[in-house]
Amino acid sequence: MKTFRMGGVHPEENKISNDAAIEVMPVGKQMVVLMNQHLGAPATPIVQKGDKVKVGQLIGEAQTFMCANVHSPVSGTVLKIDTCKDAFGLAKPAVYINVEGDEWMETIDRTPDIKRECALEPKEIVAKLKEMGIVGLGGATFPTHIKYSVPEGKKAEYLIVNAAECEPYLTSDYRVMMEHAEEVCVGVSILRKALGVPNAYIGIESNKPQAIAKMQETAKQFEGIIIEPLKVKYPQGAEKQLINAITGRKVGSGKLPIDSGCVVSNVGSCFAVYEAIQKNKPLIENILTVTGKELPSQHNYVVRIGTTYNEIIAHSIGQLPETTGKVISGGTMMGKAVVNLEAPTVKGNSSILVMGEKEARRNPESNCIRCGKCMHACPMGLEPYLFSALVKNNRIEEAKEHNILDCIECGCCFFSCPANKPLTDEIRLGKNKVRAMMAAKK
Amino acid sequence: MTHDILIAVMVLGALGILFAVVLYFVAQKFKVVEDPLIDEVAEVLPGANCGGCGKAGCRAFAEACVSQGNMEGLRCAPGGDAVAAKISALLGCAVEQGEPQVAVVRCNPANCGDKRRSNYDGLKSCAFQNTVYTGESGCPFGCLGCGDCVAACQFDAIHMDPATGTPVVDADKCTACGACAKACPRRVIELRNKGKKERRVYVSCVNKEKGAVAMKSCANACIGCGKCAKVCPMEAITVVDNLSYIDYKKCIACRKCVTECPTKAIHDVGFPAPAVKPAPKPEAPAAEKVEIPVAEKVEAKL
Amino acid sequence: MNLLNISGSPHVHSDESTKKIMWRVNLALVPALIVAITFFGVNALLVSLISVASCVLFQWLIEKFILKQPTTVWDGSAIVTGLLLAFNVPATVDMMWIVVIGALVAIGIAKMAFGGLGKNPFNPAIVGRIFLLISFPVQMTTWPKPGFTMSFDAATGATPLGAFKEGALPADVTLMDAFLGHIGGSMGEISAIAILLGAIYLLCRKIITWHIPVAFIGTAFVFSGILWLVNPETYMDPVMTIFTGGIMLGACFMATDMVTSPMAKSGQLIFGFGCGLLTIVIRNWGAYPEGVSFAILIMNGVTPLLNRWCKPKRFAV
Repeated sequence: MKTFRMGGVHPEENKISNDAAIEVMPVGKQMVVLMNQHLGAPATPIVQKGDKVKVGQLIGEAQTFMCANVHSPVSGTVLKIDTCKDAFGLAKPAVYINVEGDEWMETIDRTPDIKRECALEPKEIVAKLKEMGIVGLGGATFPTHIKYSVPEGKKAEYLIVNAAECEPYLTSDYRVMMEHAEEVCVGVSILRKALGVPNAYIGIESNKPQAIAKMQETAKQFEGIIIEPLKVKYPQGAEKQLINAITGRKVGSGKLPIDSGCVVSNVGSCFAVYEAIQKNKPLIENILTVTGKELPSQHNYVVRIGTTYNEIIAHSIGQLPETTGKVISGGTMMGKAVVNLEAPTVKGNSSILVMGEKEARRNPESNCIRCGKCMHACPMGLEPYLFSALVKNNRIEEAKEHNILDCIECGCCFFSCPANKPLTDEIRLGKNKVRAMMAAKK
Repeated sequence: MTHDILIAVMVLGALGILFAVVLYFVAQKFKVVEDPLIDEVAEVLPGANCGGCGKAGCRAFAEACVSQGNMEGLRCAPGGDAVAAKISALLGCAVEQGEPQVAVVRCNPANCGDKRRSNYDGLKSCAFQNTVYTGESGCPFGCLGCGDCVAACQFDAIHMDPATGTPVVDADKCTACGACAKACPRRVIELRNKGKKERRVYVSCVNKEKGAVAMKSCANACIGCGKCAKVCPMEAITVVDNLSYIDYKKCIACRKCVTECPTKAIHDVGFPAPAVKPAPKPEAPAAEKVEIPVAEKVEAKL
Repeated sequence: MNLLNISGSPHVHSDESTKKIMWRVNLALVPALIVAITFFGVNALLVSLISVASCVLFQWLIEKFILKQPTTVWDGSAIVTGLLLAFNVPATVDMMWIVVIGALVAIGIAKMAFGGLGKNPFNPAIVGRIFLLISFPVQMTTWPKPGFTMSFDAATGATPLGAFKEGALPADVTLMDAFLGHIGGSMGEISAIAILLGAIYLLCRKIITWHIPVAFIGTAFVFSGILWLVNPETYMDPVMTIFTGGIMLGACFMATDMVTSPMAKSGQLIFGFGCGLLTIVIRNWGAYPEGVSFAILIMNGVTPLLNRWCKPKRFAV
């Protein structure tokens, strides 16, 4: 079975919400839509206080290159345009909407029929992706239309769809494949057309045999979609590792996947692409897993963007258990710990993961015993222990020479460290310092 | 036997002489001509290599002084005026006087403990914690309490107060080199003039959020109400972005703003203990006499 | 509800810990200890106990009264040092007090003086052993004859290596004896099979990798083989070479010490190669009959350099 060529770890999978079908989360009374839900500059609000908006109406426009449109997830009246604290407590520009009814834009096709044919030209597809505010739903929320505008002089040869879902606990991609296999395949076909590549490869880790079977069966009806079962190893779903696993190619230091002729999209993004292109539905919903060992029940939801963490928790499990130690947005390896549960969800939120107190606590740090486990676990072939020492002693120049910027922050080093040294934290700090140093030199 | 010893001594002796001669010529050939003044200046400097002057170290500072010929724009904060005078004497230029300064931590930790919303469990580094989230109190501007400033201090002048989790500056040891201010990712620490009799007044908050939002994370936050700016007789206080700032060059440490501040965000340091207030009565009229005219003036302005 | 914990990712950790690693190494040393007690009797047990106890005690005293920091004796690393030190000395009555000095040197000078576990450049047990070898040459080379006995006064004999250095291998020592441990020598090194058992456990637990032991033993085998082919009269045959003396113990437990060996696999191969080569050189042309500890000590010194030279292969070049 295919996999990437070095490093990697195997954390406990904990896919306990696998069998929970996707439910629809009801809409709350008030929605707060943040203006930067994506990588890059925030969108500019184009509505004013008192404006009436419909579901799917454009409310934030992308005015710079690295930006994505934001649409209203609900219908109602704009209450105010202000700032709102996001899940990490940082104030972000936001549009507050009072919910009134559930009136959708007329252009959106809400019928359940699956529409397979797409008559649009590649350029039109990319333009429509931009209009619909589609971003990568694998976690980085990179605006999709930028990814699919292949720069001059470069040629895409492979379209790779990331359905590895190598993160523990997360099951939203799995549920999408199980319930919307056909839509996903249409989405993949559209993206394949947009890039003009002969084949698309969907990489699925072998711990999801049902999804592999389902996708293989569905893919037969489509041209040029190949399902690749992958070995269960974290970080199989990291862009560079996935490219390596499927094509055997390597993305060089500081290079983008397109430099190796590859474009990678998440399977959730493919579903969003289908809805955007075939149904004219902008990205206003997330498919989100609510999971955790301590929770009474496990859920997968389709949630309107802007619903707060508290609302989702209240609807799904009532309230957080007494023993809650940590709430994570995303998986255990690369997700972010949430501090502000009153914050609205944003595009790309794939889970609310509740960890018990004991599980969430880090063990005390001790001396490095130079066992080299971090080095052997590193999927990029770097030396985390060395970065730790260099960053601590502020030897930033040397850290750069040892390619600290190659680090993908997957967390394998900290995961495997017997001395519990916060290596990933130290490397992130080091990367920030290296970038600051490079910026200062310019 | 004696013969052997003699040979050994002679061989080693000859080698020694040979190397001495070689060394002498090499030293002559590669002699570096350096202004002896640099050594003299470097001798005067504290030698802590703190980098507070902006140079790579004390020797680089000495080189800069000598090459410039005067002390204009060059100041060794740890050395203070005494060192400046000595260097000026060596260089034969006029003495540049600077106000003595001290590092001031502009964050009010008194209520942070109650308002703690989370428990930070990651790498003990403010610079890193700052990239993760707002910090334990929920204030996105305030002190993070991991002690990057403590680690940066070369003079053992700043320490964490375990009770509050914020740093405390030892004004006697602080040389105002600015290393802590540079290390703080949130720019909470500022260098301010020590003030007459070491008395200073400053706004102990850097939160730029709107009043109501700021109060949520800290009861002692500056809410930008502007009352302090109104009572200030010297117009030393400005309010920008919901945050008040006292210009230490204009401040006369009258402490009107301290009493005026509704959130007790303005701190005074170095004044006689508050025990004066309830204590001896005879002093009270004197104090009133001083205060009344100023208060009237302000009211007249309004 | 409790306060929410916040940290950077990842939020989970494997169940590895330093403590687990050290206790597993201790467990891996048990077979060799059992063999030692079987062949050398109560002396072996007492020397091991004294060595372990003094190592733990010295570490605790130093941490408590000199460094004034929380004690770390429970991580098991001092016990590893104590056991390995005991394994490197003959099981005699004299050793019961000499080994205490060895423990002081190993823990105090070789380990704690550098900052404790993880910071020592040289393997503490080897430093302790070499200190004793130089300071107490007679006691350190008075080997008890193998054979289970409850008595303290065991008969003394020679090690195969010592005998070979003197002239020729004693005729009664067979390969099987060396494999099982029925030979003279330091108490932990006599039985190859017990050591291999422990090493296989460590390999399965992924505490050591095959690189250092294989490179070490392989080099020693090939190099001594070449010498033996050149002149079987003066040089020991390669199979006997690797089964006698400390090569097995050194290659499996001492050279693989994480702290003092290189981290990259290529570095580990070079490290093992150097150890094997130096061992044979010292055995054949050095003053001592055995060279394993000196070889490892020298290669420990080279480790920082190997860490600098031998980098892992980068993914993205």
